[in-house]
Amino acid sequence: MPRFNFSRVSRSFSRRRRYDDLSISIEEHIAEKTEELMEEGMPRAQAEQAARRAFGNVTLIEQRSREAWQWSALESLLTDLKLTLRRMGRSPGLTATILITLAIGIGANTAIFAVLNRVVLRPLQYPHSDRIAALWLDAPGAGGLANFSNGLQLSPSMYITFSEHNQTFQSMGIWAPGTANVTGVAHPEQVRTDLVSDGILQTLEVPPQLGHWFSQSEQDPRGAKTVMLSYGYWQRRFGGDPGVIGRILHVDAQSREIVGVMPRGFRVADRDFDLLLPMALDRVHQKLAPFGYDGIGRLKPGVSLAQADADIARLIPVWMDSWTNGPGTNPHFYRVWRIRPNFLSLRQQVIGNVSSVLWVVMATVGIVLLIACTNIANLLLVRAESRQHELSIRAALGAGRARIARELLLESVALGIAGGALAVGVADAGLRFLVASGPASLPRLSEVSLDARSLLFTLLLSVFCGLFFGSIPVWKYARGGATLAMGGSSRTATVGRAPQRSRNLLVIAQTAMALVLLVSALLMIRTFAALRSVEPGFSDPAHLQTMTISIPNTLIADPLLVTHTQNNIAAQIAAIPGVTAVGFAAAVPMDGDDPNWDEVRVEGKTYDGGEPPLRLFNYVSPGYFRAMGTRLVAGRDFTWADIYGLRPMVMVSENFARESWGSAAAAVGKRVRQFSSTPWLEVIGVVEDVRVHGVDEKAPAVIYWPAMLKDPYSPTPAVDGPNSATFAVRSSRAGQQDFIDRLQQAVWSVNGDLPLASVYTMQDLSNRSMARTSFTLVMLAIAGSMALLLGVVGIYGVISYTVSQRRREIGIRLALGAQKAELRWMIVRSALVLTGIGVVIGLCTAAGVMRMMKSLLFGISPFDPLTYVTIPLVLAAAAAVASYLPACRAAGVDPAEVLKAE
Amino acid sequence: MANKSERRDLFPGALEMMILQSLRLAPMHGYALVKHIQQVSDDLLQIEEGSLYPALQRMLRERWLEAETGISAKGRPTRIYRLTSAGLRHLEQELSSFEQMTTGISRVLAFART
Repeated sequence: MPRFNFSRVSRSFSRRRRYDDLSISIEEHIAEKTEELMEEGMPRAQAEQAARRAFGNVTLIEQRSREAWQWSALESLLTDLKLTLRRMGRSPGLTATILITLAIGIGANTAIFAVLNRVVLRPLQYPHSDRIAALWLDAPGAGGLANFSNGLQLSPSMYITFSEHNQTFQSMGIWAPGTANVTGVAHPEQVRTDLVSDGILQTLEVPPQLGHWFSQSEQDPRGAKTVMLSYGYWQRRFGGDPGVIGRILHVDAQSREIVGVMPRGFRVADRDFDLLLPMALDRVHQKLAPFGYDGIGRLKPGVSLAQADADIARLIPVWMDSWTNGPGTNPHFYRVWRIRPNFLSLRQQVIGNVSSVLWVVMATVGIVLLIACTNIANLLLVRAESRQHELSIRAALGAGRARIARELLLESVALGIAGGALAVGVADAGLRFLVASGPASLPRLSEVSLDARSLLFTLLLSVFCGLFFGSIPVWKYARGGATLAMGGSSRTATVGRAPQRSRNLLVIAQTAMALVLLVSALLMIRTFAALRSVEPGFSDPAHLQTMTISIPNTLIADPLLVTHTQNNIAAQIAAIPGVTAVGFAAAVPMDGDDPNWDEVRVEGKTYDGGEPPLRLFNYVSPGYFRAMGTRLVAGRDFTWADIYGLRPMVMVSENFARESWGSAAAAVGKRVRQFSSTPWLEVIGVVEDVRVHGVDEKAPAVIYWPAMLKDPYSPTPAVDGPNSATFAVRSSRAGQQDFIDRLQQAVWSVNGDLPLASVYTMQDLSNRSMARTSFTLVMLAIAGSMALLLGVVGIYGVISYTVSQRRREIGIRLALGAQKAELRWMIVRSALVLTGIGVVIGLCTAAGVMRMMKSLLFGISPFDPLTYVTIPLVLAAAAAVASYLPACRAAGVDPAEVLKAE
Repeated sequence: MANKSERRDLFPGALEMMILQSLRLAPMHGYALVKHIQQVSDDLLQIEEGSLYPALQRMLRERWLEAETGISAKGRPTRIYRLTSAGLRHLEQELSSFEQMTTGISRVLAFART
């Protein structure tokens, strides 16, 4: 017989099996003893008794033997838990309600926390990222140029001066996002590029996955032409082929050797790119301007941002001394701008103002969870009341307060954790939804996932919720202990004041919190409506197709030919059936691109300090305004004859016309110029104001140059026009794929090397500019409606419970002749009183909270009276409805039946 | 039990040692163990059931013993305890330290008497 492997089996014995073994052993032991005693002549019954007596307390010995296998404290906790689970199973409806409420509440919190954690709390994914600074300059004297989110950007000459003379940075560099056309493959493709100077990769310190960083010689304008790939582009275009190093890529008609591939997830700041191109600055050609580059630097260890600020502030005069904008210009003019460093950590710059939105949303879902917890506390309170008997009997039998408290808390914590487990599923679904639909402006959204930290947060939150809603019944009942009468309650007419009061407090708290959320939601809805009703300066954006076509210098060098090509493309597009208008410009509104900022002087006007403020410039083709639906207020549009004739003409926005000449009509025929050396330009037309930077930003004054003009910046006569033009095409088929295909064909019929990029309808662009508001709105609206629903359920629950407790009293009242209508009102009134108190508290809180939300609002005061009147009315109505049902039930009480039941 | 007060308590580990030593001769069930120890010690030692069964469970947990389904001398189902190799090692250790201890104690007692 093969030897049975005994030990392995014994190890897998379950505990139950062990206990059974033990019992069998003991039974056999006693039986054998009994038999022995019987053999000595004792009768069976007596023998059995003697054997058992000799053995001792069987149960106790079994218990002590079992303890060898258990940790006794845990064991008794498990027993409690088993009891708790059994009790939950007995009221599946209640348990399910609590679990679903918790799953949604905790799930929403987990999802938002995961986003907050990734986006705001986590450091950027660079080594020692806390030492990377965004080189942010303030220039309060520079007018509009330095007014947006990037401050004043750096010029290449600034970078050269700063990087050569600073004492606080280990490395620094400048970079600019852009696009490039990759040709020589099946279809020409426009890709996202980041143009990086020397020092950028050294600052970010992320080693390449393959190959090497750009070397010094590759950053030399006369050196080898090279390119680095992003992981995504490498996978997409080359299938992750490791032999890609050394191959040639045609970028903007320039052959470049691939020298490296960056690892997955690498970005420059928050910009996702396809190709990295060396900036290859030519020192010789640098001037003071232009200020179009983002700077980042890695601080030396132990250096603070303030020290870096002081160090670079010292270098700004050095920069003005070292460079010029050309003969006849004053290099110290920039003193007027009052440029000073105001460096931030790179993280701060990447996150920007998103953190305020996320904190608002986090607070919102937090409040919803609090409301949900108060509801659950209420339910548990009601249940604990129905267990009052049991609890007081147990207390009387000697159960310690701690023991009862532990059991009640265990129950709620178990509920909390079970809810938390479900919440992970809810959060996961929520995150998928968020990542898919969240605002594109939300940085780092792609990094978001449920990581260990978020799961830990869920666990802590679950336990905390359990303790929170469990502590209310515990505080009420464990404290009361044996003083609760064991037999007396059946005759009491109405419940005592104490439990009722704590339920009332919960309802008041709920109402107050719901009010805060509803007020914020309504303010966001009004903000959104205000944004929608803004005249953006273009019409019917859903039927306006936009797309960008870039013609690199290396493909067509002559600016005149570039304009001809653009003109031909516009003509080809106009011939497509269904196209009613077409035009192009250097940038369209809300695409995030400002073609130029510079000074412009109005004839006959003197300026404070001698220098006019900076204005935004755009280059537009004839027909562009008609295609956009931008109204011509006075004068006329450009013609192609104006453009090819290089006539000194300009168009301006209405606000610029009013500011300079009093009215739009007065502007026509007046003259402006940039510098004393440039010719006067005649204003031929005035168009309505356009909200270039988004509907929530004031429309800037804009100077519209023709699509081609005499280059005002060139010392020698030259023509200039934008190489990258965004076309606006008006058609009812905008956004449809077959229409976009037709556009591509039209472009290729002019030049087969030109890809389409940034293909959006104007509606997409406009929605994107409102994404932050609509995201906040959706979040608050969901939270607000959940709060309202939970609040109504809470009020209904409390009032109907009160009614059921007061049936006898109500019966007596009816028997004594109370009117049913009066009775109903009495009950509804009690609900309205609670709501009223909640509303008052809520209004005060809301007023405080809204002040913090001010930056998210548009066109509406944080104390909008309509909102502050509507919401309390809505809540009062909801409370009335929620209490009317139980009130009717109370009025329907049959006094005879109730009194008989005694 | 009745004569509990007359009897000296066993020192810690003594019960385990005797159980292990007994099981080294042959696997047996609980009642047999009690009987065996009683007989071998000429009734000097009587094992209390109240100590035996918890001790057996502790030793099972330590994996010094294994329990298997078996039949008692009287033909009833019971559990037979068997010494494992870990139990044997433990027993050897205990015995040697016990021997050292008794040697030490007897030397001290012998010295005190002289």
